Amino acid sequence: MAKTSTDSRVLPDADRLIRRRHRRMLLDHLARYGVGVGGVGVIIAITLIFFYLTLVVLPLFKPADMAEVAQYPRPGDATSETLLLSMEEQAEIALRLDRSGKVVFFDVHDGRVLQRHALDVPPDVQITAFAQMEPGAKVLALGLSDGAVLVVKPEYEVSYPDDRRLISPKLTYPLGEEPIALDPAGEPIRVLAVQHSEEGITLVAATDAQLLVSTFESEESLFDDEVSYEQSGASLDLPPHDVRQLLLDGEQRLLYAVTADGKVHAYDVSDKEDPRWLESVQLARGEKLGQVRFQTGTISLLVPTTDGVVTQWFPVRDANNDIHLRKIRRFELGNAPMILAPEHARKAFVAADAQGRVTLVHTTAERIVLQQQVGQQGFVQAAISPRADKLLLETGDGSIHVLDVENKHPEISWSSLWGKVWYENYPEPAYIWQSSSASNDFEPKFSLTPLSFGTLKAAFYAMLLAMPLAILGAIFTAYFMAPKLRQTVKPTIEIMEALPTVILGFLAGLWLAPFLEAHLPGVFSLLVILPLGILLFAFMWTRLPGSLRHRIPEGWQPLLLVPAVLLLSWFAIAVSPLLETTLFDGNMPLWLHERLGIDFDQRNSIVVGLAMGFAVIPTIFSIAEDAIFNVPRHLTTGSLALGATPWQTFTRVVLLTASPGIFSAVMIGLGRAVGETMIVLMATGNTPVMDFSIFQGMRTLSANIAVEMPESEVGSTHYRVLFLAALVLFAFTFVFNTLAELVRQRLRRKYSSL
Amino acid sequence: MSRRTIKTWFNSGDPWVWMTAAAVSISVIMVAGLLLLIGVRGLSYFWPADIHQIEYRDDQGRIATVIGEIYDEEQVPAARLRDAGISLPPDQELATRYLIKIGNRELHGLDFRWLLADHMVSDTLPAEVFVAERREWGNFYGYLVGVKQGGRLVDGDAWQALAPRLERARALQDEISRLEKKEIGAINYQLERLRLQRRKLELAGEDTPDKLAEIEVERQQLQQHYQDLQARLNQLYGDIKRDSLVARVADGSEHELPLASIVAVHRPNALSWWQKSGLYLDNLWQFVSGEPREANTEGGIFPAIFGTVMMVIIMSIFVTPFGVVAAVYLREYARQGVLTRLIRIAVNNLAGVPSIVYGVFGLGFFVYFLGGNIDRLFFPEAMPAPTFGTPGILWASLTLAILTLPVVIVATEEGLARIPRNIREGSLALGATKWETLWRTVIPMASPSIMTGLILAVARAAGEVAPLMLVGVVKLAPSLPLDGNFPYLHLDRKFMHLGFHIYDVGFQSPNVEAARPLVYATALLLVVVIILLNVTAIMIRNRLREKYKSLDQ
Repeated sequence: MAKTSTDSRVLPDADRLIRRRHRRMLLDHLARYGVGVGGVGVIIAITLIFFYLTLVVLPLFKPADMAEVAQYPRPGDATSETLLLSMEEQAEIALRLDRSGKVVFFDVHDGRVLQRHALDVPPDVQITAFAQMEPGAKVLALGLSDGAVLVVKPEYEVSYPDDRRLISPKLTYPLGEEPIALDPAGEPIRVLAVQHSEEGITLVAATDAQLLVSTFESEESLFDDEVSYEQSGASLDLPPHDVRQLLLDGEQRLLYAVTADGKVHAYDVSDKEDPRWLESVQLARGEKLGQVRFQTGTISLLVPTTDGVVTQWFPVRDANNDIHLRKIRRFELGNAPMILAPEHARKAFVAADAQGRVTLVHTTAERIVLQQQVGQQGFVQAAISPRADKLLLETGDGSIHVLDVENKHPEISWSSLWGKVWYENYPEPAYIWQSSSASNDFEPKFSLTPLSFGTLKAAFYAMLLAMPLAILGAIFTAYFMAPKLRQTVKPTIEIMEALPTVILGFLAGLWLAPFLEAHLPGVFSLLVILPLGILLFAFMWTRLPGSLRHRIPEGWQPLLLVPAVLLLSWFAIAVSPLLETTLFDGNMPLWLHERLGIDFDQRNSIVVGLAMGFAVIPTIFSIAEDAIFNVPRHLTTGSLALGATPWQTFTRVVLLTASPGIFSAVMIGLGRAVGETMIVLMATGNTPVMDFSIFQGMRTLSANIAVEMPESEVGSTHYRVLFLAALVLFAFTFVFNTLAELVRQRLRRKYSSL
Repeated sequence: MSRRTIKTWFNSGDPWVWMTAAAVSISVIMVAGLLLLIGVRGLSYFWPADIHQIEYRDDQGRIATVIGEIYDEEQVPAARLRDAGISLPPDQELATRYLIKIGNRELHGLDFRWLLADHMVSDTLPAEVFVAERREWGNFYGYLVGVKQGGRLVDGDAWQALAPRLERARALQDEISRLEKKEIGAINYQLERLRLQRRKLELAGEDTPDKLAEIEVERQQLQQHYQDLQARLNQLYGDIKRDSLVARVADGSEHELPLASIVAVHRPNALSWWQKSGLYLDNLWQFVSGEPREANTEGGIFPAIFGTVMMVIIMSIFVTPFGVVAAVYLREYARQGVLTRLIRIAVNNLAGVPSIVYGVFGLGFFVYFLGGNIDRLFFPEAMPAPTFGTPGILWASLTLAILTLPVVIVATEEGLARIPRNIREGSLALGATKWETLWRTVIPMASPSIMTGLILAVARAAGEVAPLMLVGVVKLAPSLPLDGNFPYLHLDRKFMHLGFHIYDVGFQSPNVEAARPLVYATALLLVVVIILLNVTAIMIRNRLREKYKSLDQ
């Protein structure tokens, strides 16, 4: 330090000066680039939010893709007709069963045979019927020409020797390796259906003479793990020779028999001893009907016809709680006959037709995801892997095509996100958000409509409270209030903007909601009592003798009104129990429910409206107040000088000039109300209902994200839909705020030019 | 005459002015009422409440006794009560009822019951009745009968026998929790570190026998140490069981309470105002510095305060430099044109984007994308358990840093814009470069506004809950993000937060009624902190405005 000061006293050394100047210039340049890079970096980082959200959402709308990766002749006995193709979870190993009773496990990628099994079919007996348990052929049943049935279960054991996955397939026989004689008469089994659950295995078989329902109940003995079965059975009263197909649902309750005339006959077989006929429905003209399949979950029937149309049917409960099979959707997939392969986990299926066309369809989304020509040959067999990422197709000439399928989010379509959708087990189409459930074959319901509706409903009720209070308050504060009072009032209201919303939410949920429920009539009477009371008070004030009146100068009215408002509110709340007893039988929520049929939730829209309105008031107030306050003074003084009253000046001059500013204040307030999370999370019941009732709650987009995001699986459709909800919120508030900001900037320029 | 005056009065527009004035009054009343509500309820939580002994007539007409605190009082229409099956005189329209905290949850199953004022026969405040705060099962109300040591009653005055024994139990309890939390916690941490070290060596293929043996030796030592501590703990657990107290409860039965389960015993009815004040301060201190008990519904909130402060500090470390650099760039370096204006509007509007959106972004980008990749690159030994690929305090701080960035940028820019032109020009005229002008004059002068921005950012971050729920807050964190185990600061840990504490205790706890006062107290603390921060920021800003006003002239 001392050295530099002595240096500066002597004449500058030119060299050193130049070096120093260079250093300073360098530093200046470095700073310029450093700040530039840093600043641009931060701005890019902020915009990253938008791009990242979009990036996560985009795969939802990416079209599906399908590509052929291999082709080989069908493995095993190439001369025998294929009864079934199926794949295990990892889509590495596939199974082929043929009509001669041979099972081969083969490598999906190249068709190499890994294991061969010959089922125990007596030499002079043929396989006359075949059934698989939907979805995914977990249990197979073979009906034989001597009236016996063989039940086979393919299993895949996964082990990790040396940290590498090894899948070893095997066949097990739940009812024993020997075929079981089902028909005592020994007639050939023509049609068969099978279902397996923890209680047991149910087989439904049709011979030319009769229709048999047999249940094999498992009885786990105490001493060993072996499962023994007990057989019971009954027969149905249907002309059995007509039956073309039998389908039994997963709960072993509903049996559908498809007959040659294109009808389906539904039976209730929950009591296996005594099946009950429910109804008969015409599915299609008999000669046009293809092979009917269950959709996963075994609720819907997928019915293909030879003219390339697939219809979806499922049972719907009517008003009398009777179920009827109804046609729900119709997909036109071309003009050729086709075979269907339902997906295992999603409400989707693959259709492969006789002209070599393959179509991926998602039924809930009512969406034909992809249609692609794969070769020129027609297909006779199709199998989709459990994860729906591989497809095996067998052509009429016996070669197998392997396709890679990239179809991650078929359940998203415009109609499934925003439209009314008819879901399984629902009596009619509805807007439903229900993203997950414990069961595996659950139909996810991704309708954003009830959530958006809830968001707008919450915002509407919040604005209903906030807009009048904030704008009127801003008008008085900016235009009529004494400057001294304004100095304290304005920051007091503005500081509420910083109040954590979690506190408002907690007060709304734990204090306000029970309070409102207990004083409902009082709160409603407040709406009348307060304005009338205030007018009365004001009028009486003008009647007071001047000496008293002039003690309080103009612009201090709010102070006067504080006790009045407090008194009126206290009065309204105090008479509430009295009102309730005289008008509403002592219990208004109950009265609403019984007399008007209006349901009352404790955490309802009034609570949300009050709490969120409270949160929005400071935002609107602050901006609107600025807009009114900054109206140039000479405009108002001019108007007053021409003899207008202050109120006339205000409505005709000030309000007109400041209205864009007030508008932008409302916009910004709305943006805040739409995105607010904690208040709605805590002050509503969070049920996604479509009901505008003021006594009911709602679920908003933001609260939905907060509730469901932590549990959603990364990369799943649910996860991406939640990101979509966030993106919608982001875009909505961003657009609104930008609009408001542009309006304000224009206003500011206008003021400065006036 | 009077009709005409009303008409002229309406025509003058005066009533509308009064209506607008009423809007101001209502807003102010709402604000003040809210603060008052939180304040009163929050502060009264610490005041030792009187314990009432109430005799009442039950449904069968018998006289029964309850002991407890009067918690709430309300007027209900009699019809509602009749709907609930309570018999009342037919002409009665309103009834008063009291909510009484009766405690003794292990005896009644519930802490609270409603009593109708009409059914009450007598209400006294016996001086001898005591309340015991316990580690579980909530409060206990009753009369002290005696003190037992090793199963035998101690002679002499029970209260005098109780005090030293309670002190002893408390000291033992402190020792136990120190051993469990600090010492055994440290050993477990070390053991986990050794396991990771070993796995790392295995993954790198460097698991030579000597290295493994080294780790094994260390592990053995730790195990040995652990055994010692465990033995000591067992002994302490034996010691602490020695004493118990015998109490008589409202229905006359006697119960034994082990002293180990008791935090404190008071006789509030016998306390003077001064003693109560002392207890009040003591309770307040316990609340701020203590650990939560009973699923957060009792005890203190220290971990939540600590977590909030920690997160805010880490956030400030990120948000200040970046915010200032961006503001300096926008105001001083960027060419002022349409693009800059658009950027400015965009930055401004980001402050209005719902905070949950930032939470979603933080979860997707920071936790799953950044964190997942960090884990793959640097912590393969811990896989498949995630280290940074899971919500934690670092990601929470970063998310809030992005959330509050617009606040800092806007405040700093405002500060920079306010600095008079002549100061910059003076500096440049003296030959200073642009950077030197900025660094030596402009930024120091703008530092109070940077400070304002930072304070506002901190205030916003401290109150924000929605995004934190996605990126790292938990209801109960086993350990603080800062402790005595190397590397001391654990940025990957989950943490507790005041705002989330309010949400969690108020809405997700099994016993909301009992926890409500605690939620009010927590809310009060949060509100006071945030309002103080905001008022500070506003004051700094106002002083600054005055200062530059004088500079301009």
